[in-house]
Amino acid sequence: MTVLALENVTVRLGGRLALEDVTMSVARGEFTALLGPNGAGKTTLLRAALGLTPLSSGKATITSAGYVPQRHEFAWDFPASVQDVVLSGLVRRIGLFRRPRVTHWTAVWDALDRVRLAGLRNRPIGELSGGQRQRVLVARALALDPAVLLLDEPFTGLDMPSQEVLTALFGTLARERAVLMATHDLAAAAYTCDRLVLINRSVVAAGAPEELRDREVWMRTFQVGADSHLLKALGI
Amino acid sequence: MSPLDFLADLTNPDLAFLPKALAVAVMSAIMCGVVGCYVVLRGMAFIGDAVAHAVFPGLAVAFVLSGSLVLGGVTAGVITALLVAVFSQNRRIKEDSVIGIFFVAAFALGIVIISRAPGYAGSLQQFLFGSITGIPDRDLFVVGGTGLVLVLAVVLLHKELVAVTLDREMARALGLPVFWLDVILYVLVTLAVVMAVQTIGNILVLALLVTPAAAARLLTDRLIVMMLLAPAIGAGSALVGLYLSWSWDLPVGGTVVLVLTAVFLLAYLLAPRHGVLTRLVRTT
Repeated sequence: MTVLALENVTVRLGGRLALEDVTMSVARGEFTALLGPNGAGKTTLLRAALGLTPLSSGKATITSAGYVPQRHEFAWDFPASVQDVVLSGLVRRIGLFRRPRVTHWTAVWDALDRVRLAGLRNRPIGELSGGQRQRVLVARALALDPAVLLLDEPFTGLDMPSQEVLTALFGTLARERAVLMATHDLAAAAYTCDRLVLINRSVVAAGAPEELRDREVWMRTFQVGADSHLLKALGI
Repeated sequence: MSPLDFLADLTNPDLAFLPKALAVAVMSAIMCGVVGCYVVLRGMAFIGDAVAHAVFPGLAVAFVLSGSLVLGGVTAGVITALLVAVFSQNRRIKEDSVIGIFFVAAFALGIVIISRAPGYAGSLQQFLFGSITGIPDRDLFVVGGTGLVLVLAVVLLHKELVAVTLDREMARALGLPVFWLDVILYVLVTLAVVMAVQTIGNILVLALLVTPAAAARLLTDRLIVMMLLAPAIGAGSALVGLYLSWSWDLPVGGTVVLVLTAVFLLAYLLAPRHGVLTRLVRTT
């Protein structure tokens, strides 16, 4: 079942062509990585799918989505606890002028359980490590029980153990819903994801990691030469 | 003068302006303390300063026409806040530059307007530095009523304002009206500033907005506690400041601000978890 579909999507940002004729889809149960160099339009693609960026042309359809923006977009110095932050993801569902009810708190605690932060739910967010912070943001998105999770660079600035915990978590979450993750970590993506989508303004190639063994495709996406360490790291 | 004498003066019918000034100062300090929490947490201190200056032309027009200062101030403040919000949509000019342009322009307009009024120097000083005399009875109700509206708005929109402050991108993704929540917050800041301008003055009002909330932030990691502490600190400082200014014949605005600053410095040094001295003691 398709949970996210972009059809011939073109996006202009301030006159610049950020995405050109992008067609792709994500199905339930899939862990998809969105790969591309800086400025390739990865974040723009996620925002376009969410309806946050107007499309110049084309069509984006998405079933209920949970968005995990880049970690530095968040006010980590705000005096809030872990569960307050997760609850903030439910603000629309709770409704204007209304207070959270038991069902909302249950959803918050379930989400924290999923990311293994149940024990830290009263901890001030300023006291969390980078990996814990990322898991709080994932829990906030999960609280809405979305069909697809959109992750924007979830590994940036994290150490290896935190990355491993998160990768395992995303793998589990992908099995019951869908996960689309923009990332720079090509080797990890090739190793853990079911599908890779290579973009550089438009989709260069897409498929299972073992189908994307053509060096030409990677060289074109990342604008690198045949002797690049990038290709060696990928083993192609 | 002992606190008891101060109490006697407060109840002396010949000094009727004094309890009125105290009531207005305390109520406006509470309002500023509540919205000040958002000003501090969102890093909006410059906007707070801008709004404080921007209400000036409205006050000046109201003064010249002998109209309601509150109405004039709120009108001017809201117009300037909206101008800033609209012009900031153009990404080529950053918001702080837009603010810098409009609030000085508004202030300049205020000076030009008030220079046409008789008794120019005296009224200008009163606006800039505050005064405890000449508060009409009507203003007590205006300030009290506005305070209730403001606190109600902050309580009712609490979770929306928190969501926008935490993460604008996520708030947009959730479908919250981010722009309108910003506008509401600017309007609330404007209301609090206008209420406080009479006693504390146009220039010093920023302290009432920022200092209690900043001190409260040092004392707690919980927003609810912070939003109760900040108005308490503001109101307490307004009371102590007014008492000190009355007993030693000091300017009210300046005294209140200095008391607030002292509270902030104490919190900075002695806060239970994050105080500088507290940490020093704990590590030795």
